[in-house]
Amino acid sequence: MAHGPAKGISRWLFTTNHKDIGTMYLWFSFAMFILGGAFAMIIRAELFQPGMQLVEPAFFNQMTTLHGLVMVFGAIMPSFVGLANWLIPMMIGAPDMALPRMNNWSFWILPPAFLMLASTLFMEGGAPAFGWTFYAPLSTTYAAPSVTFFIFAIHILGLSSIMGSINIIATVMNMRAPGMSYMKMPLFVWTWLITAFLLVAVMPVLAGAVTMMLMDIHFGTSFFSAAGGGDPVLFQHIFWFFGHPEVYIIILPAFGVVSQIIPAFSRKPLFGYDSMVYATAAIAFLSFIVWAHHMYTVGMPVAGELFFMYATMLIAVPTGVKVFNWVSTMWRGALSFETPMLFCIGFLVLFTIGGFTGLMLSIAPADFQYHDSYFVVAHFHYVMVAGAVFSMSAAVYYWLPKWCGKMYNETMGKTHFWISFVGFNITFFPQHFVGLAGMPRRIPDYALQFADFNMMSSIGAFIYGGSQILFLYNVVATIVAGKPVSDDKVWDGAEGLEWTVATPAPYHTFEVPPTIDPAHAHS
Amino acid sequence: MLRLSANPSIDTVIKLVTVAVAMFAFVFVVMVPLYNVLCDALGINGKTSGEVYTAAQAGVDESREITIQFVATNNDGMPWEFRPSTTMMHVNPGASNDTVFLARNPLPQAMVAQAIPSVSPSRAAEYFHKTECFCFNQQPLDGRTSAEMPLQFIIDRELPDDIKTITLSYTLFDVTDMAQGAVAAR
Repeated sequence: MAHGPAKGISRWLFTTNHKDIGTMYLWFSFAMFILGGAFAMIIRAELFQPGMQLVEPAFFNQMTTLHGLVMVFGAIMPSFVGLANWLIPMMIGAPDMALPRMNNWSFWILPPAFLMLASTLFMEGGAPAFGWTFYAPLSTTYAAPSVTFFIFAIHILGLSSIMGSINIIATVMNMRAPGMSYMKMPLFVWTWLITAFLLVAVMPVLAGAVTMMLMDIHFGTSFFSAAGGGDPVLFQHIFWFFGHPEVYIIILPAFGVVSQIIPAFSRKPLFGYDSMVYATAAIAFLSFIVWAHHMYTVGMPVAGELFFMYATMLIAVPTGVKVFNWVSTMWRGALSFETPMLFCIGFLVLFTIGGFTGLMLSIAPADFQYHDSYFVVAHFHYVMVAGAVFSMSAAVYYWLPKWCGKMYNETMGKTHFWISFVGFNITFFPQHFVGLAGMPRRIPDYALQFADFNMMSSIGAFIYGGSQILFLYNVVATIVAGKPVSDDKVWDGAEGLEWTVATPAPYHTFEVPPTIDPAHAHS
Repeated sequence: MLRLSANPSIDTVIKLVTVAVAMFAFVFVVMVPLYNVLCDALGINGKTSGEVYTAAQAGVDESREITIQFVATNNDGMPWEFRPSTTMMHVNPGASNDTVFLARNPLPQAMVAQAIPSVSPSRAAEYFHKTECFCFNQQPLDGRTSAEMPLQFIIDRELPDDIKTITLSYTLFDVTDMAQGAVAAR
């Protein structure tokens, strides 16, 4: 029985359609991106000049904490889950996700979790102010009472992530169209499959860490309290055992997106598909054995420092394979520079810079200088923003015409890219310098010699933040009144099953599995 | 491959939920104990053993002298006066040494304290043997009373040659609230 979506609000509340759920994830993550961005604007406004001007130091700490939590768990992760929902069934020729009802649940428990997290701002003692890494005992003994709500929010969004990833794995493993072997899957599907395994493995570890915090705070245990025989350093080990795979959870789907888009605008197949798959798996494996490189200064034995230093440096090898493969894909391609391609090239350049600063940070003796400085802030914004967020922007521009059947305004898209690119670099490049010169992260005031670079950073942040409003306007204008696209294959170089369905993508696709051309190497 | 359900998706779900639950359990039953065992075995977090040292040393090594420094710190909010009776000792490896730490509770009410040791360099922790230590137990003190808290230790003859000075630091925690329950003491 062919039928369309239900009418009214119940369509969204009760939907089990992967496209509806993907859309909700994407809009939710954009809302969180704006919220987390607003927190960042407060941070940069305060840091515009040395001295305290706008906010209290305690509130500043709440802003850095919530900015990190909202961006990581609210903006970046759900945005890629949304993308996975929209695209994975269409890319593997499946009619929907394997577990549509669970899919609905994994989305709908997210908004209450973030509502609860945001509500801590209005509680007595304020929101969590211990940084997104919530190190004990800062987050246990010295935390505001709202920490309990924070813990519960982390539990819920962890549950949501686990449910979402189980769904993705079940879909990819069981619902591929006949003839689509694993090594014929589009790379976006591959990176998400591996990401989903990472999520299933480490989100429970995060849940365990916050559960221990809860028990230390309310039930008299001493996991992280030295007085009772526990150890605060244990918290850092558990947190980063989750936290390091987490950064690959964020970046691997971005790798997948870029691996779809660069071939399309180079009009060549992806260079080194097999090595891309193996590199992704290698990165995922290595992510489990490098966590203590976040903790070089806790007083580890030299043998430990050396092990984590070399293991971390090893990650540069598979990552380098990927970067060279993308560049080789573009080599002698028939390149064109539409907005998605611009964002991918921006990703490639800036992510590589972030990768190099990561290598600098991996050097244990050098890290004693860089540790907890603005150099670290610059490093992870190059990989998180120019990595994950740029690739997400590329993905929206690339697939939006397929989703809504209308073409976005190319001029506005390119303008968005260039303002983002310039604004981003003005914001974060100077932070390398102030970091190396000794400015610590997470402080509301700073020494006078950092004033000029901080002012530059703040101006860049306002430019970058403002450019996202242009992005929002472009997307809304496209959906409301964009120029209709009728070709199934919106981009002439695009490959993959999602471009074989009608434009805009019908509510139900691939109710009959497509036939896969066995001669075709991969999508 | 093991099939747990006729429906392949349900089969995948069962397996993955098992993995997630196992990883949650892993944090509690593997990571925490393993961390403590590794730190104990390798002495890598600067903690001395929480056990009384009973083994014998093969005589006193008169050929070298190790400087032992004592540091006493109060944890945040701990009102006791707490200090070592002597801040520095010169000892021979293998010899048994005695000292005391002094504590006074200036408040009118009874309190319970727990001292947590830390050895620097942390490499030396496994060579710092205690035959008696106030840190093995909680220290209760009535209001406005003081106590001499004994420490008896032996530096292992196997202490690496490059270590000339060892700092033993105690941080005193107020555990009055948790003293009712049994807590792991070091």
